Amino acid sequence: MLWNTLLLALRAIRRNLLRSSLTILGVVIGVAAVITMVTLGNGATKAVSDQIVGMGSNLLILLPGQRFGPGSEGAPNFKIADAEAIRNQISSAEAVAPVANKTVTTVYQARNWSTVVSGSSNDYFRAGNWQLAAGRTFTEIEERAGKAVCAIGETVRDKLFGRQNPVGSEIRIKQFACEVIGLLKPKGQSAMGSDQDDIVLMPLRTVQRRLTGGQDVNRLMVSVLEGASIDAVKEQLILLLREHRNIGGNEEDDFRVMDTRQLAETLTGTTRILTMLLGAVAAVSLLVGGIGIMNIMLVSVTERTREIGIRLAIGALERDVLLQFLIEAVVLSSLGGLVGIGLATGASIGLAGAMQVPYLFDPAINLLSFLFSAAVGVIFGYFPAHRAAQLDPIEALRHE
Amino acid sequence: MTDAAALIRLSGITKTYGRGQAAFRALRGVDLAVDAGEFVAIMGPSGSGKSTVMNILGCLDIPTRGIYEFQGVHVEQLTRNQRALLRRHYLGFVFQGFNLLARTTALENVELPLVYRGEPAAARHATARVALEQVGLQGWEHHAPAELSGGQQQRVAIARAIVTRPAVLLADEPTGNLDLQTGHEIMDLISVLNRDRDITVLMVTHEPDMAAYAKRIIRFLDGRVESDQRKERGA
Repeated sequence: MLWNTLLLALRAIRRNLLRSSLTILGVVIGVAAVITMVTLGNGATKAVSDQIVGMGSNLLILLPGQRFGPGSEGAPNFKIADAEAIRNQISSAEAVAPVANKTVTTVYQARNWSTVVSGSSNDYFRAGNWQLAAGRTFTEIEERAGKAVCAIGETVRDKLFGRQNPVGSEIRIKQFACEVIGLLKPKGQSAMGSDQDDIVLMPLRTVQRRLTGGQDVNRLMVSVLEGASIDAVKEQLILLLREHRNIGGNEEDDFRVMDTRQLAETLTGTTRILTMLLGAVAAVSLLVGGIGIMNIMLVSVTERTREIGIRLAIGALERDVLLQFLIEAVVLSSLGGLVGIGLATGASIGLAGAMQVPYLFDPAINLLSFLFSAAVGVIFGYFPAHRAAQLDPIEALRHE
Repeated sequence: MTDAAALIRLSGITKTYGRGQAAFRALRGVDLAVDAGEFVAIMGPSGSGKSTVMNILGCLDIPTRGIYEFQGVHVEQLTRNQRALLRRHYLGFVFQGFNLLARTTALENVELPLVYRGEPAAARHATARVALEQVGLQGWEHHAPAELSGGQQQRVAIARAIVTRPAVLLADEPTGNLDLQTGHEIMDLISVLNRDRDITVLMVTHEPDMAAYAKRIIRFLDGRVESDQRKERGA
């Protein structure tokens, strides 16, 4: 009986193919919109969290000054001694990399490129989660002597060397020549949108001697041992630095500690909320699609009044007629759901490519959208089906 | 007439449409008994109540007052769904306008009552084919109503009505939309079904030619039975 009803519904839909297509369009668009929004949102969340993991998980970044922009001025930079103290006193600190930055123009043969030179130690590779694509890291002698050697990022390689292997070549920075000893593996854009591969890495002493001309470091990067409490290390860092920087008991910190894990949570949390909002807006269009189905089902019941009369006269129960029209509505809306899923898959893959976020197939949202579309059929199909079932057979047979 | 085992018995049936000032009394007290195997023609001018009594006999409508017993069952006390089941199992309908499902083949139209009886597809096809054969339409199984003549459409409708082997065939002006010759062919078919398959036939008509096929003619006037004549010999 149910199978017959299903066949009947499919036949009724096929008879009015154009009208059926237009009817389900609302549901198709609704389902496609919901799935595409959520899929892209998931992809964006994944991209953000990947980038932050790429910065180095368990990473604490210490910056002088309490805020970004104005107000941070006046706060003194860190010293190498601060890094030494952290290394000696905080056992859970795995790697401590003091960093001194300077924006310079780099030159190789006829090409030049303006970039940031970071001076640091070999710990920088570990703390920043950098891997080498070619070459090597600094030797102890190079670090101690402040030799003119450097490792460069993918962007710098591209601008100066093209596809060529840069290891062993010399680039010119200001007035001195610097040997490229390593090529860093690309990391891509940071969560903040800056290019992480636009980097030249040198021993700290080299940068201090030849570029910044002082003992200051702009930044301290501390990676925490796997399994150790990041919050505890953060506390210890703050206490230690307050002491080193002579901050009184009721004065505020003149530095700040950024935590990549916290950053990751904040940023992915934001994208997740945006995803939910967009999904909710898209779900409204699914409801509008349901109203379209109800409208057409009402028209269909009126058009087929005589058919309903015949069915009732020859022995169809109210339930039979109700089921016939309800199933027709559910088949329509489910069909819309399926087409919507197909459309969403295509759109998601295309848009994910265009937006450079990964495409993540989410079975849950696909299933949920499909079930929701079927539910839309039940909810909005019930009223027209009920109306059909309640028709008086005598009146219905007389209907022209 | 006073047979206690009558198939159909109407006692004191009235039917009033509307209320108060606008009330229209379509039936004003009808007493009637029909035995199994009878062929009854119901005649009368329009507004005489013959269609109303047909709707009540067909369990499509219920009387305002009175008792309708069908094989001893009090139809006036049944619910809408119970009456649908009664129609499904005991009654067959033939209408003036054929009332076939459009864009649906003859075979599928005939199968329709069997679908609601929950019969499996294979048995349905076989039974429906036999019914079509009985009305002389073998070879026309896969034609839609639009591809059939009026007489052929009415034959499909008759096949649909008898495919469930009903106790009673209710025909409402079955020849009203047909030319004279086709009308006679249809009446011949109904007579054969009444005689050979023992189906009780109740037919509304206003054509004396067609009523002549019946073995009993009941005339209605102003919501009452005006006359009730039996013939000794059927057509």
